[in-house]
Amino acid sequence: MRAGRIAPGFIVTAAIMVGVALGVPRVVDEFGLLQLTVFAAMCILALSLGVVWGYGGILCFGQSAFFGLGAYAYAVTAVNLGESTVAVLVAIALPAAFAALLGYFMFYGRLSDVYLGVITLSVTLIFFNLVNSTAGDAYRIGKARLNGFNGMPSLPTLNVPGDPGRLLDPTETFYVVMALLVLVYLGLHALLATRFGRVVVAIRENETRCELLGYDVRLHKLLIFTVGGGIAGLAGSLFANWGAFVSPTVFSLGMTSQIIIWVIVGGLGTLLGPIIGCLIMQYLATTLGTQQIANTSLIFGAIFLAFVLLVPRGLVPSLVALGARFPGPARSRRLEPGP
Amino acid sequence: MDLAAVLTLEILNGIASLALISIGLAIIFGMMRVINLAHGEFLMLGGYAAIVATNHGVNIWFSMLVVAPVVVGIIGVIAERAIIRFLYGRMIDTLLATWGLSLFFIGAVTTIFGNTVAGIGAPLGSIAVGRYTISLYRVVLIGITAIILAVIFVVLRRTRLGLIARATMENPDMAAALGVSPARVYATTFGVGAALTGVAGGLLAPISGILPTVGAAYVAKAFITVISGGTAILAGTVAASGLFGSVGQLLTYFTTPVIGEAGLLAAAILLLRLLPHGITGKFFRRSL
Repeated sequence: MRAGRIAPGFIVTAAIMVGVALGVPRVVDEFGLLQLTVFAAMCILALSLGVVWGYGGILCFGQSAFFGLGAYAYAVTAVNLGESTVAVLVAIALPAAFAALLGYFMFYGRLSDVYLGVITLSVTLIFFNLVNSTAGDAYRIGKARLNGFNGMPSLPTLNVPGDPGRLLDPTETFYVVMALLVLVYLGLHALLATRFGRVVVAIRENETRCELLGYDVRLHKLLIFTVGGGIAGLAGSLFANWGAFVSPTVFSLGMTSQIIIWVIVGGLGTLLGPIIGCLIMQYLATTLGTQQIANTSLIFGAIFLAFVLLVPRGLVPSLVALGARFPGPARSRRLEPGP
Repeated sequence: MDLAAVLTLEILNGIASLALISIGLAIIFGMMRVINLAHGEFLMLGGYAAIVATNHGVNIWFSMLVVAPVVVGIIGVIAERAIIRFLYGRMIDTLLATWGLSLFFIGAVTTIFGNTVAGIGAPLGSIAVGRYTISLYRVVLIGITAIILAVIFVVLRRTRLGLIARATMENPDMAAALGVSPARVYATTFGVGAALTGVAGGLLAPISGILPTVGAAYVAKAFITVISGGTAILAGTVAASGLFGSVGQLLTYFTTPVIGEAGLLAAAILLLRLLPHGITGKFFRRSL
C-alpha cells in the first residue's frame, strides 16, 4: 500500500471538526463554550490512547499518568515563568520522556500485554498517592507549591506566545484547543500513513512475523508509546489551563478508567472512535453529575461491562460493519486507515 | 535492640499484609489466567461485610474470618457465572470486564453506604516491647497469614480437591474426559480466590478503615506482587511479598509511606526487567 494516501472519510471528519470550531462560538453561550473546550481537550487525551492501544496494540492502562504529569508540568512551569508557551512545551516533553523511560523497561523487558496493563495502571496509582502526599511548604518546585490533595489553584492560563500580559479569552482558548485537536488528529493520521506507522500496525497484527521480517519491534513500540505519552501530556496541559487548577485526581483510577471507557465505547483501531466515545461519555458524565438517582460510577461500570460483553468492537467499527452490510451507491470498501 | 525487634515485626507485618492481599489474586490468576481487576473491590466488599456484621453484634473474629469470605465468595461465584465464564481465553476482555465490574461495585457500595470511611476497632489491644508498644492484632495477623498459606498448600498438594483443580488448570479437556466438570472447577476456584480476598479485606478493615474506593489502594500492590512472583502461586507470592514487603517497610521507616510505596513499584519494574517471568520463572521453578 502506498504511503501517504489520504482516505476521504478522514478529510470529511477533519472538515466537520474545523466547521464545529468556527461555527460553535457563534451559537453557544460562554458556559457551553467552556464545556466544549474541556470536551475537546479530553478528545485529545482519547486520541492518545486510541493510537497507543488501537494502533500500537499496547495495553496502556496508565494514560492518565502522562495526562497528570502534563497537567502538573504545565502548572509548575507556568507558575514559575508566569507565561504559558514554554509551559505547554514542557508539558509535552516531560510526559514523553517519562513514557520513553517506562517504555524502555517494559518493552525491552518484553513484558506481555497483560503485565503491561497492570504495570501502567500501578504507575498511575502510585503517582496519585505520591502527589497526594505533597502537602506543606516542603514540597515546592521553584515558586510553585504542590499543595498535595488540595491541588494547585489559580494557574496562569494560556497567553499569546511572547506576550505574557495578553491572556486568551474563552473564545480564543476554544479556537486554540480545537485547532490542536484537529492538528493532533491530522498529525496522527499522517504518522500512521508513513512507513513507521504501517510497521506499528503490522506489529499489532503479528509481532513475531514483524520480528522475523527484521523490524525492531521493541523500538517501534517504544516510539509510538512515547508519542502517545506526549499527546496525553498536551491534553493534560490544556486541562490544567481550562480550569486554571490541577489536583491529584488527574492521576486517579476514575480518570484512567474513563479514558479506557472512551476508547472501548468508541472503538479500537480507529481515530474517530475515541473522539466519538469521549464526547458521548463526557456528555453522559456531565448529565449524570447533575442528578442524584444513580451513582455515576455504577452506570459507567454497567456501560463498560455491556460494551465488553455485547459490543466488543465499539461503536464506530460496529456501525461501519453494519453500513458495509447494506452498501450504499457510492461506497468504497476500505479497511485502513479507518475514518 | 527494642528498635530492631519492632522493625523486624513491622517488616514481617508488611510482608504478611502483602501476602494476604495478593493470595486470592494469585490463585485466580495463577490457576485460571484471569486477571481480576475487581480484586480491590473484593477486598473492599470483604471489609464492609466484616464491619456490617460486627456492628450487628456478631463476634469480630467470626465476622472477619467467616462472614467476610462467605459473602465475597458468593459474590465471586455469581460474577464468574454471570460474566467471566463467557470470556475465558480472552485475557484482555476479561481484564476489561472485571474493570467494569470494579466500577460497578464502587458505585453500588457508594449508593448503599455513602462515600465515607467505615471502621471497627482492632481487637486485642497492644503489648509493650521495651520502650515501644505495638498492636497485638498486627502480630496475630502475621500468624493468621502463615496459617492461611499453609492451609492452601495442604489443600492443593494433599487433597483430592486440590488434585482435581490442578489437573483442570493443566489440561481441561483431559480432565473433562476423566469425568470432571471444568465449568464447576472454574467456578469453585474463582469463588475460593474471592473468598480468600474477602478474608483479607475483613482482616485489614480494623487496621486501615474501609471506604468504597479503598480498593485502588490495594490493587496496585497486589498485582505487582502476583506478577513479580511468577507462575508458582504460593512460592511466588511468598517470595515477592518477602522482597517487596521488606523494601517497602524499610523505605517507609526511613522516609515516608508514600516513598515506600513508590520504592516498591520501582523495585518491581526493575525486577521484571531482569526477570520478565517473575521470581519463580527463574528460581524455585518446580514449586507450587
